[in-house]
Amino acid sequence: MKRILLMGNPNVGKSVVFSRLTGADVIVSNYPGTTVEFTKGAMVLDGQRAEVIDVPGTYTLDPTIRAEQVAADMLPEGDVVIDVVDATNLERNLNLTLQLLQSGKPVVVALNMWDEAGHKGINIDVERLEGLLGVPVVPTVAISGRGISNLVSRLDEAQANTYPHEDDDRWSQVGEIVEQVQRVTQRHHTFLERLADFSLQPETGIPLAVVVGLVAFALIRFIGEGLIGYLFDPLFEKLWAPLVMRLSELLGPGGFWHELLVGKLVAGEIEFVESLGLLTTGLYVPLAMVLPYVFAFYLVLSLLEDIGYLPRLGVLVDTIMHHLGLHGLTIIPMLLGLGCNIPGALSTRILETRRQRFIAATLMAICVPCMAQIAMVVGLLGEFGAIGLVPVFGTLALLWVVLALIFKAVLPGEAPEIFIEIPPYRIPALRATGQKVWLRTRQFITDAVPYVLLGVLVVNIMYVLGIIQFLGHVLAPVITNILGLPPEAVAALLIGFLRKDVAVGMLAPLGLSLKQLIIACVVLTAYFPCAATFAVLLREFGIKDMAKAAAIMVTVALCIGGLLNLLL
Amino acid sequence: MIISAAEMREGQTGLVINLSGGHGMVRRMQAMGVRPGVPVVKLTSQPFRGPVSLQVGATQVAVGFGIARRIMVEVAG
Ligand SMILES: Nc1nc2c(ncn2[C@@H]2O[C@H](COP(=O)(O)OP(=O)(O)O)[C@@H](O)[C@H]2O)c(=O)[nH]1
Repeated sequence: MKRILLMGNPNVGKSVVFSRLTGADVIVSNYPGTTVEFTKGAMVLDGQRAEVIDVPGTYTLDPTIRAEQVAADMLPEGDVVIDVVDATNLERNLNLTLQLLQSGKPVVVALNMWDEAGHKGINIDVERLEGLLGVPVVPTVAISGRGISNLVSRLDEAQANTYPHEDDDRWSQVGEIVEQVQRVTQRHHTFLERLADFSLQPETGIPLAVVVGLVAFALIRFIGEGLIGYLFDPLFEKLWAPLVMRLSELLGPGGFWHELLVGKLVAGEIEFVESLGLLTTGLYVPLAMVLPYVFAFYLVLSLLEDIGYLPRLGVLVDTIMHHLGLHGLTIIPMLLGLGCNIPGALSTRILETRRQRFIAATLMAICVPCMAQIAMVVGLLGEFGAIGLVPVFGTLALLWVVLALIFKAVLPGEAPEIFIEIPPYRIPALRATGQKVWLRTRQFITDAVPYVLLGVLVVNIMYVLGIIQFLGHVLAPVITNILGLPPEAVAALLIGFLRKDVAVGMLAPLGLSLKQLIIACVVLTAYFPCAATFAVLLREFGIKDMAKAAAIMVTVALCIGGLLNLLL
Repeated sequence: MIISAAEMREGQTGLVINLSGGHGMVRRMQAMGVRPGVPVVKLTSQPFRGPVSLQVGATQVAVGFGIARRIMVEVAG
């Protein structure tokens, strides 16, 4: 099978080209480093299946960081290379193109971002460029699909070794090519460019960051609450509840199937949060309490990503982060982790050193609650207002800072200095952003809902078998003496290994005091990541590091829970 | 006058003269387009020796203060 490699500088649109070619769903973002591992897909070429590989972005084939090493290692595996070039940054991109042309692999060039080049007054003589390079050069606009079929039809014209030159001479060769093919018309700075300058100037950028944060928060709340209040709650209360009540009457309360499907009735009624049946709590928690916030969060985050705001935020917070022993870009896994810890854990790959990745992942797993959990905590403690919510999220934030400082002092090494390309601001393509929000939301539905149902099932089974009662008894000293929680809370802590949202929901019927609720919510966040996140972390960091991380998590959770118990 | 990129004023243009630092770092800077003979414009600098952002050709890069100090540029006056 023919193997096609997509190669190019970071953030030039390779992933979009990839999804155009293969029809595969991939997540695309406007910052360098989105594709650190390669992605594989398939397409049909001249009636035959061909493999397409989206190779991590690289500036050079002479690798300087891990992602670039992956790219350099991939090259010998390919039969033909599609070199995706950012037409708005021809000079830097051609440096890699010339290296590829010399690598012995047949190459075609996709001159992507052709639309943006036009807007920026950049004029490229494509025929001339094609003549100079000796390989096909096809202008493309990956986000709209323009030029892609042309690109595919010219794949068989790919040529190898068409531009012999000395390595030392490459930049000047590039300079000569650009001189001959590119004309730039002078023009005024666009609004987006001025906004870009504005958001990096500390005097204006820091206030802007605060405003962006507040607006993002308000939007998530507004959308999340709106969806719950006007859509999901009415659906569940008016349509679903009567149906389940019917079933309840049919099965008769008390029986095994009733317990499992409907759960316990509270005062003869279904309580969607407390009943703990598969059809009540098992559906209501993920769909009506969590999903609206997950959707709202991803909508806002995806917009910020696609505009290109996140790397700028990384630069703005870099100084503070370095005082904490972290790299500015650590902010990105933390923000993604707020949605779901799994993408958060994966995005630690944008950090350069293993030490940085380990610290970021551990901090996130301990201190960053995912949206599912946040939604439940807000549902549980929201009625107390600030006195309920501030202690929970404030403690976690403070813990984040303290742990970062401890890691800085204890783990040998330091955070490398920031060194990133800052992408231009882009107006998000609605289709692409919409698709990303949909992909992420769908991922939540397909990944989370089964776990929630499994969680509810496991609770029921463990109650039936008496396991929870037994463990409550055994662990009572820790839970009661250190954390000040009733023994029944052990059930929530156990389920927290599976799903944190269900676990928080299980606190509702226990009749806990405000203090106990705060402690339980903090401990549930910190003591261990959920199973799905743990699996990802294990894959990323290996068993040894995860054993270390797990020990840190449990210790920290007990300490902070005990401390809160003493202080509050 | 030869100064480092960290010392440039905002908006000032300079011609890169020399890069120092680890081999990997120098190579990486070069690959991003920061190399001797190329003009750079300092865009912003964050307070307390925070990152410095530079315009190099069509690229904007942000580099830590320590890295910026190792990018030597020739500026007018
Ligand atoms: N205007 C415009 N934007 C594009 C084009 N292709 C990709 N983008 C955007 O450029 C950004 C980077 O794309 P991505 O595929 O993640 O780049 P990769 O890092 O090379 O895989 C995303 O925000 C895309 O929506 C294009 O042809 N025109």
